[in-house]
Amino acid sequence: MEKFRANLMLCAGTGCVASGTMKVRMALQEEIKKRGLEKEIKLVLTGCNGYCAEGPVMTVYPDQVFYQKLTVEEVPILVEEHFLKGRPYEKLMFRESEKKSAIPLMKDIPFFKHQVLRVLRNKGLIDPEKIEEYISRDGYQAAARALTQMTAEEIIKVVKDSGLRGRGGAGFPTGLKWEFASKVKSDIKYMLCNGDEGDPGAFMDRSVMEADPHSVIEGMIIGAKAIGAHHGYIYVRAEYPLAVKRLQLAIDQATEMGLLGKNILDTGFDFELEIYLGAGAFVCGEETALMRSIEGKRGMPRPRPPFPAHKGLWDKPSVLNNVETLAQIAPIILNGPDWYRSLGTEKSTGTKVFALTGAVNNVGLVEVPMGIPLRRIIYDIGGGMKKGRKFKAVQLGGPSGGCIPESHLDTPVTYEDIVATGAIVGSGGMVVMDDNTCMVGTAKFFLGFTADESCGKCTPCRVGTRILLDILTDITEGRGKEDDIATLEDLGRDIISTSLCGLGQTAPNPILTTIKYFRDEYESHIRDRWCKAGVCRNLTTFWIDEKLCKGCGACLRACPAKAIIGDKKQPHRIIQEVCLHCRTCYEACKFKSIRILPAGHEGGPSELVAAEEERGKA
Amino acid sequence: MPRLTIEDLQKIKENYKSEFALREGGYRARVTVHMGTCGIAAGARTVMTALIEEIAASNAGDIIATTSGCAGLCAREPLATVEIMNQPPVKYCDLNEEKIREIFKEHILGGNPVEKYALVIGSETTY
Repeated sequence: MEKFRANLMLCAGTGCVASGTMKVRMALQEEIKKRGLEKEIKLVLTGCNGYCAEGPVMTVYPDQVFYQKLTVEEVPILVEEHFLKGRPYEKLMFRESEKKSAIPLMKDIPFFKHQVLRVLRNKGLIDPEKIEEYISRDGYQAAARALTQMTAEEIIKVVKDSGLRGRGGAGFPTGLKWEFASKVKSDIKYMLCNGDEGDPGAFMDRSVMEADPHSVIEGMIIGAKAIGAHHGYIYVRAEYPLAVKRLQLAIDQATEMGLLGKNILDTGFDFELEIYLGAGAFVCGEETALMRSIEGKRGMPRPRPPFPAHKGLWDKPSVLNNVETLAQIAPIILNGPDWYRSLGTEKSTGTKVFALTGAVNNVGLVEVPMGIPLRRIIYDIGGGMKKGRKFKAVQLGGPSGGCIPESHLDTPVTYEDIVATGAIVGSGGMVVMDDNTCMVGTAKFFLGFTADESCGKCTPCRVGTRILLDILTDITEGRGKEDDIATLEDLGRDIISTSLCGLGQTAPNPILTTIKYFRDEYESHIRDRWCKAGVCRNLTTFWIDEKLCKGCGACLRACPAKAIIGDKKQPHRIIQEVCLHCRTCYEACKFKSIRILPAGHEGGPSELVAAEEERGKA
Repeated sequence: MPRLTIEDLQKIKENYKSEFALREGGYRARVTVHMGTCGIAAGARTVMTALIEEIAASNAGDIIATTSGCAGLCAREPLATVEIMNQPPVKYCDLNEEKIREIFKEHILGGNPVEKYALVIGSETTY
């Protein structure tokens, strides 16, 4: 084998590719060749590294130096300094702020330091398009052990003892699911993988499929042996082209090498695996709808029981596991259930991957032990709030989840504790919101999504989500009525208890949690026609406090409607008739002299302004 | 590509050992060739090329080669530092292709520092 003295692991996940990885790759290759280093330095394209906000990113081994925001222009100097002369190039390193010094090593950067990698064990370390690299990291060893040394019962026992629960959102014990299906007698059974990740802002499964497709395949082989299945499907949405490409490549390589198909590893076990492309309907993430979709029918759920373990795909016993769940399986088989339980809590064991996004400094993919408080994810790994803004809420579980306020930030991330707040762990979307967010607007955004994605089969979901959305729209546009909050709560609870599938059963959660923790915001929208965050245009008046205005002109220049007048160094004024309520001036003002007042407010000192000032001080 | 058996999995892992020693750490020996402007002018590139050839030929998965900047003793370039786990590092000077090949066999594989080429033993490390 060729020998290199350094490996450059350049991230080729979807995020980094979008920010220019492929151009940087060409430039690197050219420059390495120009310097005559092509026999010494190897460039490897990896899957998602997780630190998407700083992309394109690259880690250099053996030095472990982490580079971010690479540009084609910087490549020549980087190659000369670091790869030729051995002097790591500070300019492209991570810094906590512009004034602080650079942090060269990946392991010292806060975003990486606090993570524990199990699912993402190979992220950035292997080329996902080369099966040999996966095998070199103990890949397919667990499958080999499961196929040769373990009975189906033994596999199920290990998975049950590990305490692993479904990472798709519901948290059902994986071992138990396998046990149900294994006990059913049938000529044909199916092992299925759910890659229909649909929550807005969530990209855990996509990253795993892109960065380590073989880990999913290996988990499926082990699951297939446990339940006695010889056919399997990975259901992926067609909007994930890179994930589909790498999965297909992985399946082809594994089949060619005898790790899939007939007589796997000469053990006599057969397992055929195919990809099924979904069209991107949110409801197809629901297990019965997903199975109908694979059958070629319209993706709609059906009542359970019978559960898929008895009657699933083509009415045959089937097990459907989430991508992240399956990626956990191989290390559990190799290291044992006690190793897995060494992280997490009694009922929520192991690690969970979150897609951290929103108003935090470090946006990206993070894997943490379960039981870690939300605050640590947001502040230690996420690096705190962007631009020093005030934290308002964190949204967990996407359209099925809810918003958790500051007072609950020390809640440990376990299935039980998060449910107690009214949200759910869900598949792992974690959206952090600052005080510029309107909570009624947030609930409306998610209801807009679920009302659109409702398949229409059952009335509570089809009609109910639409009515909820209409009420929320009325509230945000200034037509709110006093009894709207009670109606939202009543109807929400009815939809939860009467809907057919998980989509409807969880759709009201964003409303119920925002009412629970931010009722005053609903009330001020309805009673005072006042969106305190200044987001709902019909419910705001922007007004310049003359005492604070320095007359710097920043708002005047920023205003797209030319609604602000005033001479230099003299207090400025907003002409209310012209104002678009776009809040551009609010963002532009450096002296916090712009106030957000209720709709139709004339401005000037009043009780409400005083009250708002009080609020500001608090 | 042929169908694999369980033994083949281990063989593939063995083949890639040196690659992953780089990425995962866990190497036994590290040779740093000093590549400042002075080192390159004095012939550090040929030293590095020879070193990599030796590592590849030895089939050792736990030896890595790396570069660093000027070691500060430009008159004695090319310089290289050999660090073997749990042993004091050794700096060699006035190197050329033949000398580095000899050092590789004697010191890195054999475990005996080549005193005639050594500048200093037990200097500061770059860890």
